[in-house]
Amino acid sequence: MSQSDITVTETATPKRPVRWHIAVFLAPAFVVYTAVMILPLIETLRLSLFNVVGGELAFVGLANFAQLFGDPRLAADFWNAFSNNTIFFLIHMAVQNPIGIALAAMLSLPGLRFAAFYRSAIFVPTLLSFVIVGFIWKLILSPIWGIAPNLMDLVGLKSFFGPWLGKPESALITVSLISVWQYVGIPMMLIYAALLNIPDEVLEAAEIDGITGWSQFWKIKLPLILPSIGIISVLTFVGNFNAFDLIYTVQGALAGPDGSTDILGTLLYRTFFGFQNQMGNPPMGATIATVMFLIILAGVSLYLFVIQRRIRRYQF
Amino acid sequence: MSKARSSFLRTGFVHVALIAYTLIALFPVFLTLVNSLKSRNAIFREPMALPTPKTFSLIGYETVLSQGDFFGYFQNSLIVTVVSIALVLLFGAMAAFALSEYRFRGNMLLGLYLALGIMIPIRLGTVAILQGMVATGLVNTLTALILVYTAQGLPLAIFILSEFMRTVSDDLKSAGRIDGLSEYAIFFRLVLPLVRPAMATVAVFTMIPIWNDLWFPLILAPGEATKTITLGAQMFIGQYVTNWNAVLSALSLAILPVLVLYVIFSRQLIRGITSGAVK
Repeated sequence: MSQSDITVTETATPKRPVRWHIAVFLAPAFVVYTAVMILPLIETLRLSLFNVVGGELAFVGLANFAQLFGDPRLAADFWNAFSNNTIFFLIHMAVQNPIGIALAAMLSLPGLRFAAFYRSAIFVPTLLSFVIVGFIWKLILSPIWGIAPNLMDLVGLKSFFGPWLGKPESALITVSLISVWQYVGIPMMLIYAALLNIPDEVLEAAEIDGITGWSQFWKIKLPLILPSIGIISVLTFVGNFNAFDLIYTVQGALAGPDGSTDILGTLLYRTFFGFQNQMGNPPMGATIATVMFLIILAGVSLYLFVIQRRIRRYQF
Repeated sequence: MSKARSSFLRTGFVHVALIAYTLIALFPVFLTLVNSLKSRNAIFREPMALPTPKTFSLIGYETVLSQGDFFGYFQNSLIVTVVSIALVLLFGAMAAFALSEYRFRGNMLLGLYLALGIMIPIRLGTVAILQGMVATGLVNTLTALILVYTAQGLPLAIFILSEFMRTVSDDLKSAGRIDGLSEYAIFFRLVLPLVRPAMATVAVFTMIPIWNDLWFPLILAPGEATKTITLGAQMFIGQYVTNWNAVLSALSLAILPVLVLYVIFSRQLIRGITSGAVK
């Protein structure tokens, strides 16, 4: 809005009657959003500065944070969850997004037959709930049923099979790959949309210059879809750092074996809600939620203020 | 000539790769649906085979339907999802209209405020949301879930819908005003019908995370009467984990509604994504 607009509105306001309809249009969304989302978020951040002292909730400053990072058991749990969450995210970035881009690049080839069918079929897992996905893969990877070992036998790799979900060293990777399987559809669709938006003239010009096939993808298309890749990365980041459902379904709230698949979402759940013989601790839960909030805020800001500004955009 | 051949090879390679990935994407779903229709022995002996008259069995479905109240869970999910989507669309479209149509002080700021929720997950406020629901006595009610999902869906809905509402012609609205239509009539009778395609896109985007959510049903409404299908399936499967027929049937029952809806709405969904609604 330019300076002149503001003065126009300001001088015009006294003459005009109060435009109640604007308030009526905005009020329901504003009230629900503020009451159910923003205020609880602020309240959660505030609660992280309080704790129960002598049976009453009292302001304790940053003592909760000092406890979270200072208490050997809590700090170990937190850093374990944090590093697992980071690995979880890195596996998504390294596997999900390249596969999604590759699928989109293939689907967007002009004149490809059955493209609509492939596209719809590959998107199916994305629509399923974590509960379904988690249990399906638990069954498939189960040594009792033997689907996975039998399939691997077909290609002569049976000896590599192991109870991956049950071993601390492979469980996190396995769970991450299940999540990748489910979510490949999202980068695929967004990149596919970006590729379709590249004007034909640009590609024709490239073809006249003899840039086709692979080199066309690397030199022409990839630079043009970088902004979409940026958005997908930040969506993946936000999604991964508040993930919970899949781990809870596949490995339970304890995120076993031995905490090897514990991420921030499951840690938050156990801490604030309690689990089995562990009592729920809302102030400490709020503290962990606050730390998660700061992590997500840092990631989103890094994207908005650093990465997004450096990505070159092309206007057609 | 050689160019035509290499492009033929390339197309062949692309099809092989896409078919391979399609199999990876669909195989687990196929496996679940097929085995849910077989007897226990057949599930283990020949997991890949289609059910034959000899191995066909509905014992899993019988267990599921007699032990768990799947129709009740399904109904809860349906109520929560439909009401939340309706509220998100109505409130979202109203707010989007106000933001895109009128100039008033704080317009931009309000737009940014409402967009915050796109990036910040509502889950982080769960501790206080639960306290609030306990205080207002809404724990274990579907209302609690509807409120949370409405708040969760609004930011993206407002963002997408206001982009679309900017494209509605001003002449049309001016004509309406000259004809003496109130601002409400302009919104409900002129603008809303024109943004219907965008509303459908928003509806689909809003629906998937609500239908599939486990977190809020688990925390806000875990009671038997308010369980959603996702939570119901989760708890049922946890209980019957060694009864493979029942587990596979419960999974199939949870998959089917989603698949049916997807077959009906997939064109809308894909058109919505590829038209750049979420960029």
